[in-house]
Amino acid sequence: MVTPILPLEVSQALVKRRGKTLLGPVDLTVSQTGFTIVMGPNGAGKTTFLRTLHGLERLSKGEVIWQVPLTEARLRQAFVFQTPIMLRRSVRDNLTYPLTLRGTKKAKARQLAEDWARRVGLGGALDQQAPQLSGGEKQKLALARALILDPDIIFLDEPCANLDGRAMREIETILLDACDAGTRIIMATHDIGQAKRLATDVVFLMHGHIIENSHAKDFFAGPKTPQAAALLQGDIVE
Amino acid sequence: MGDIWEGLVAGFWLVVTLDPDLVEITLRSLQVTVTATVIASLIALPFGAWLAIRRFRHRRATIAVLNALMGLPPVVVGLIVYLLLSRSGPFGVFGLLFTPTAMIIAQVIIITPLIASIAHQSVRDIWAEYHDLLISFSTTKRQRIATLIWDGRRALMTAALAGFGRAIGEVGAIMIVGGNIDHATRVLTTAIALETGKGDFALALGLGFVLIALAVAVNIAIHAIGQTESEGKW
Repeated sequence: MVTPILPLEVSQALVKRRGKTLLGPVDLTVSQTGFTIVMGPNGAGKTTFLRTLHGLERLSKGEVIWQVPLTEARLRQAFVFQTPIMLRRSVRDNLTYPLTLRGTKKAKARQLAEDWARRVGLGGALDQQAPQLSGGEKQKLALARALILDPDIIFLDEPCANLDGRAMREIETILLDACDAGTRIIMATHDIGQAKRLATDVVFLMHGHIIENSHAKDFFAGPKTPQAAALLQGDIVE
Repeated sequence: MGDIWEGLVAGFWLVVTLDPDLVEITLRSLQVTVTATVIASLIALPFGAWLAIRRFRHRRATIAVLNALMGLPPVVVGLIVYLLLSRSGPFGVFGLLFTPTAMIIAQVIIITPLIASIAHQSVRDIWAEYHDLLISFSTTKRQRIATLIWDGRRALMTAALAGFGRAIGEVGAIMIVGGNIDHATRVLTTAIALETGKGDFALALGLGFVLIALAVAVNIAIHAIGQTESEGKW
């Protein structure tokens, strides 16, 4: 029986760089299931928030507590960046890379890579160099490379930014499938329509603070804060 | 102009007739330089990568020293290696002075900082690109270095070729530690120096053209094997 890494407890997490507070202090409990959408205007701290939970940002104060030791928790989560980082290798080698890091046998890794490439519509591009893919293809590859590890939780930083409707729908389908399969998802987005389609709950950030954290239905039906209400009405929020 | 023409003709005939002396010193040049390049690369490439990803107290100073060592005067290196390997020196017991091994040691000392410095620059760029991803994958330092070296292998090959280029044309250090002994330590550069001293400019130029052709051929061969200019590859 594998110990679940969730719920995740964030307690008074504060991130400062060169004296400037980028995030927090924030408190949050991330439950074992669901699809959390992180919203907020530019500069609200969405990216820093996700990076902090994933361990890419050093905490100035506070704690991020997993239910298993940190080294194990790090191995059971994944991150998809807003601008996909492609290894200078083929699509196949990008997909097998995280598996080989974890000691998966070469044949098994290749099999999984081919399965995932097919699932994200890149079955015909396995031998193509990853940096040469289109923006949408790169993002799908980044997503497949993250999900191939079967993480307990995945963080996504605006994965559909600058993508067209078709690519966005494909990515959303993959994410919903992963969520149904039990992967906890936390995703930042600017797209209110996408948030409505995907979210089970919403975290709303302003100036590095969580000013609203509620179920998606409640949030979209009647946001508690004027900033969130303004954003949902399409007003400019600063 | 006449000397250059005569040199070209002399070089052409030396190659066409497969002059035994030319073949011998060319092979020795290649043996010494390729061995030195391989050894220096094995030291310098991981060190350059390590330097790119590792943060430590005197990192900037280390990089500055490494860059400064790129201009290491070969004659000084030759002199130091000579003193270390001479009978009264600490390594005199091994009897390496005036052998190809001594020449390899000198060349390794000369080109290791050059390869490491270029490798550091190349790997630093890839590290900036990969940083978040490799941290996100919880890679160990060893895995990071291996990834950066593999994905930057074409740029690193250029670093190694720069080292090869410097070593194959080197004369000062290997003259001192090798002694330019016929059928033992004579290589193309020391042979050129000797023929120039004897006033046989045509033969010296001929050897020079062979040396240039050799350096170009090795570079072309390595680029062809590495497919550096292939579409979509780095």
